[in-house]
Amino acid sequence: MPEQPAAVRARNFEEVACGYHPDDALRESERCLMCPDQPCVSGCPVGINIPGFIQKINQKDLRGAYDILTETSLLPAICGRVCPQENQCEGKCTVGDSLEPVAIGRLERFVGDTAIREGWANIPYIEPSGFKVGIIGSGPAGMACAADMAKAGCDVTVFEAFHQPGGVLKYGIPDFRLPNSVIDAEINNLRKLGVKFQCNTLVGRLFTVEQMTTEMGFDAVFVGVGAGYPTMLGIPGDSLNGVLSANELLTRCNLMRAKEFPNFDTPQPIGKRVAVVGAGNTAMDAMRVSLRLGAEKVYCIYRRSRKEAPARAEEVHHAEEEGVEFHWLTNPVAVLDNGSGGVRGMRCVRMELGEPDESGRRRPVPVPGSEFDFEVDLIVYAIGTNANPIMGQTSKLKLNKWGYIDTDANLATSMAGVFAGGDIVTGAATVIMAMGAGRKAAASMKAYLGIRDPQHPYHSGEDTLFGIDLAEKNFVRVRA
Amino acid sequence: MKVSKMPDFEIVTREDFSDVTYLLEVRHPLMAKAAKPGQFVIVMLHENGERIPLTIADFDREKGTITLVIQAVGKTTRQMQQECQVGTSLYALVGPMGIPSPVSHAKKVVCVGGGLGVAPIYPQARAFKEAGAYVIGVVGFRNKDLVFWDKKFRAVCDEFIICTDDGSAGIKGLVTAGIAQAVEKHADIDEVIAIGPPIMMKGCAEATRPLKIKTMVSLNPVMVDGTGMCGGCRVKIGDQVKFACVDGPDFDGHLVDFDDLLMRLRRYTKEERMALDHWEHEKGCRLQKKISSAVKESARK
Ligand SMILES: Cc1cc2nc3c(=O)[nH]c(=O)nc-3n(C[C@H](O)[C@H](O)[C@H](O)COP(=O)(O)OP(=O)(O)OC[C@H]3O[C@@H](n4cnc5c(N)ncnc54)[C@H](O)[C@@H]3O)c2cc1C
Ligand SMILES: Cc1cc2nc3c(=O)[nH]c(=O)nc-3n(C[C@H](O)[C@H](O)[C@H](O)COP(=O)(O)OP(=O)(O)OC[C@H]3O[C@@H](n4cnc5c(N)ncnc54)[C@H](O)[C@@H]3O)c2cc1C
Ligand code: SF4
Ligand code: SF4
Ligand code: FES
Repeated sequence: MPEQPAAVRARNFEEVACGYHPDDALRESERCLMCPDQPCVSGCPVGINIPGFIQKINQKDLRGAYDILTETSLLPAICGRVCPQENQCEGKCTVGDSLEPVAIGRLERFVGDTAIREGWANIPYIEPSGFKVGIIGSGPAGMACAADMAKAGCDVTVFEAFHQPGGVLKYGIPDFRLPNSVIDAEINNLRKLGVKFQCNTLVGRLFTVEQMTTEMGFDAVFVGVGAGYPTMLGIPGDSLNGVLSANELLTRCNLMRAKEFPNFDTPQPIGKRVAVVGAGNTAMDAMRVSLRLGAEKVYCIYRRSRKEAPARAEEVHHAEEEGVEFHWLTNPVAVLDNGSGGVRGMRCVRMELGEPDESGRRRPVPVPGSEFDFEVDLIVYAIGTNANPIMGQTSKLKLNKWGYIDTDANLATSMAGVFAGGDIVTGAATVIMAMGAGRKAAASMKAYLGIRDPQHPYHSGEDTLFGIDLAEKNFVRVRA
Repeated sequence: MKVSKMPDFEIVTREDFSDVTYLLEVRHPLMAKAAKPGQFVIVMLHENGERIPLTIADFDREKGTITLVIQAVGKTTRQMQQECQVGTSLYALVGPMGIPSPVSHAKKVVCVGGGLGVAPIYPQARAFKEAGAYVIGVVGFRNKDLVFWDKKFRAVCDEFIICTDDGSAGIKGLVTAGIAQAVEKHADIDEVIAIGPPIMMKGCAEATRPLKIKTMVSLNPVMVDGTGMCGGCRVKIGDQVKFACVDGPDFDGHLVDFDDLLMRLRRYTKEERMALDHWEHEKGCRLQKKISSAVKESARK
């Protein structure tokens, strides 16, 4: 796929990968072997009919390809860009055994982009069911749940704390990886389905989940508030000005548009030398944003080796091309003070890989006496996030010991009619997992409300009455 | 992106207390219902604006409004002073945020407000009064021309002490002088609540530490989201790091590391100056344009 040259793109916020030309897409689609056992499909967390949509591309029926994709995925233009394909669909592709795997993600993006450009949207005829559904959080989990519930005829409102919808897609992932126009297009499709977005609404504090299910009249609620509470390292010097979380850097830059300061009011001064601690997607984004904001030197500090880096392979590769300097097997032990509240440098220690830990990865252990200092003036922590405490503080929702919302296998929470999914249930995961969770919760919600899917006809058997499953929680509910 | 239709955060009342302090009453019926003393909101004046935190200084559940009292200190608060007139709307208003102040069962309390803390201490004083406590109000101003809300305070305080730097109203001195006066007269004060500039809250905490009187303060670090997502608002409380927006903003004043807070508040000094200069420059340019087009217009005539 064509890309902007590294030296150019490292200084602008335009998208790095320019997308396929129709001829490229056609050529790539020809590489698919249409394997009867479809190993790629088993690699996709939501089980997209991959050979099916690729075949349609091959037949130059892009609308058909779009229809197949949107049977399963709500956000092809987004997932095609940000899925860690090498561990998912493409990781299982038969062609990948000997050659480069079929570029499933890029093809998916191509179809998604075409749909946006052509203004396609699959808006089915929707018969109102009379149910009112509330969604908390407008990230991929909330968006997916909202879409399915709207298609089931519910009156859906999405509540978002920020002034713009989109969740991490908007405030976290930068424009050069996922342009805002793509997110906005997908959100507009939701609006076409009748979904209402209400921003500036901090659920829990403005009203509680309990109030939603009682006085506000929501028949069911989905909680998809993400897990954005950033972790700090807890080393000396952590609180110095010039140490910040990746979330803060990215929110200032992406959502608040600090890159256009002072035409936009929110500043994000960038150091000459920036060290980013961590090697996940968030860390890669923080590094590449720092470069684009004008940092002269950007270092990646990670305590394990490159093999263990959790970021998408493509992002590590792009960061490398753009000039980020990687320091694998290096761990910060202290932030050094410049005497006036800022940062002068960082003290690190070299690590080596020891025995495997619970995660199966080899545990990094410090090499005695290997401490060294180096000069930096901005330090960004991208070492993971925790559950946000607001839902727990303000509701009776049962949480697990780490503060995430406890659900059963169907994503039902401890409160009747309240479902949850995405990062707030699993901990930080991926866009496609969050989207899958939103759809799964929507299926449970429909069962709870007694809304039947025409694709799943009434069945007969012991535990049914008039063809309705007696286990359906809302068996006796009569539609309003 | 233009977000479809947002609720209208209309300004229904405005009052100017001095050339730097002004009050805005904003319509938000749901928030007026939910707000509790000690909570705050985040405001954006316009689409390109910064998100700034402001304490909910009062709320009127019947009228469906909340009240903000703002000090014009930098770009955003000055621009709001200029542009927020009755009938205009804020671009964004989210809240109530933060954990409401715990209104304890204290029988005798001192509520201290200084500078931008005078307004937010009011709902706390009222809440303590409603909970049956004996309330001593202490507020500080530079001089008597800046004094506001004294009637409102007197209505909810059993005793009320005004302190001014120059002695032009009440007693001469800082709010700590007011605290000293209160503790001298009453040996049984259970709790002090102090809101104001960090340096003032630090002074109050130091004043009560030897007396072992529980002292709660409301911290005001720089914030972005106000939902616990950025960590920009982190403060040191004893040996722990807390996020003021979701773990606070109220903390035990005797445990707060005020020097750390003061240092972190200086994080963007340079950029704040730039934003202000840029805005004033733009304002100047617009004025210049207006004048020159008016001149052209009259020349044409
Ligand atoms: C910088 C960064 C880069 C990433 N890169 C990738 C990638 O390349 N590929 C990938 O697959 N995954 C990536 N991820 C992970 C992925 O973005 C998340 O797993 C996914 O967004 C989680 O979706 P969600 O819907 O659960 O929550 P979120 O996207 O976090 O959305 C939650 C929303 O809820 C709102 N909210 C929170 N509390 C409340 C409340 N009380 N009331 C109302 N609204 C509330 C929040 O403001 C937010 O908008 C990345 C994450 C980050 C931070
Ligand atoms: C929880 C909370 C409640 C607050 N309540 C009120 C209130 O009720 N009324 C009110 O007038 N202000 C309040 N503030 C402070 C207010 O948010 C800042 O004054 C405002 O953000 C300044 O924006 P600016 O663009 O006008 O000035 P800037 O240009 O950003 O700053 C100008 C000056 O103000 C100082 N400053 C910047 N941010 C803060 C801050 N967060 N707190 C204190 N000083 C700051 C700077 O050090 C600088 O000297 C509160 C802050 C917090 C965190
Ligand atoms: S959604 Fe993600 S994992 Fe599934 S096919 Fe598309 S790119 Fe692959
Ligand atoms: S595994 Fe690869 S080659 Fe086989 S059907 Fe899937 S994408 Fe095509
Ligand atoms: S303001 Fe962002 S975490 Fe508190």
